[in-house]
Amino acid sequence: MTAVTPGQERAAAPTATSAATATPTPTATATATPSPTATPTQPPAAEEDRTWTGRTRRWLLGKLPPDKLLPNTQPSYVASWIYVLGMGAIGSLLFIIASGVVLSFNGPTWYHVSALGHFVNSVHLWSVELFFFFMVVHLWGKFWMAAWRGKRVLTWITGVVSFAVSIVAGFTGYLVQTNFDSEWISFQAKDALNATGIGAWFNVTNFGQMFMWHILILPIGVLAIVAFHVVLVRVHGVVPPLEASETDAQLTHPDTTGE
Amino acid sequence: MALSAPARGGQARTVNTSSDIFLTWGVFGIQLGNLIVIVAMLAVFVLALVLPFPGSRGRK
Repeated sequence: MTAVTPGQERAAAPTATSAATATPTPTATATATPSPTATPTQPPAAEEDRTWTGRTRRWLLGKLPPDKLLPNTQPSYVASWIYVLGMGAIGSLLFIIASGVVLSFNGPTWYHVSALGHFVNSVHLWSVELFFFFMVVHLWGKFWMAAWRGKRVLTWITGVVSFAVSIVAGFTGYLVQTNFDSEWISFQAKDALNATGIGAWFNVTNFGQMFMWHILILPIGVLAIVAFHVVLVRVHGVVPPLEASETDAQLTHPDTTGE
Repeated sequence: MALSAPARGGQARTVNTSSDIFLTWGVFGIQLGNLIVIVAMLAVFVLALVLPFPGSRGRK
């Protein structure tokens, strides 16, 4: 009889087990092979539908399929300069964010003491000017073509809200210039805001509070609303001009145009 | 800070204090810079409507 220590027993046991399971009979192998739909990595369609991720994916793909999100064609009426102005506002917004990020590395007083800082601050200012310039002309164009037609009311509303939030963002920008202009503007504005009762929560004479609103809260708000606005334009398509005929194939069958 | 002066006879007056230029017509007054921006926006709006878009001729 051979003596086996407890350590040898533990080492030998897995070998015996694996040897037994590694040599199945051909019959057992055939019956153990599952069908492709029953494997754990590929659940059936019905099971996938019950998961919130699957349902969310199907909802998103139904609302905004990839060819709608990034279309490579547009209806012929989009070939007009009046449809370019919204993209001009978005381009200006990208310059605002980029120059604002550079300014945030060096603080609000950097531009007082540095030529480069003065240049970046000027890029920031003039990008804002162009942003509002394009946004206002875009607003005129969409107003006169009644761009809220065709279930596009939310697109119109998000445009209005982004305009309003952008005004507050621009206002707080004036408040953090760290010069006598910002001091004068804040002391004039505090009376108006206090008259409405909002001054207790939005104190325009509190530089730290206004600075954080300007570089964090309001940029997040503007970017989120503008992104939602653009997604809605993709979902509902670009609004056709008023004179477009309702029998136009591009309007009666918009899916065929890649709109 | 610029102050606007009252106009006489309905004619536009220019008041220049410090670096700001204000134009006034009676009770209406506007800073020259703001007026230029508004006129430029109107010009861009009209041009966007009337100017042909490049490459639009061959589209359906």
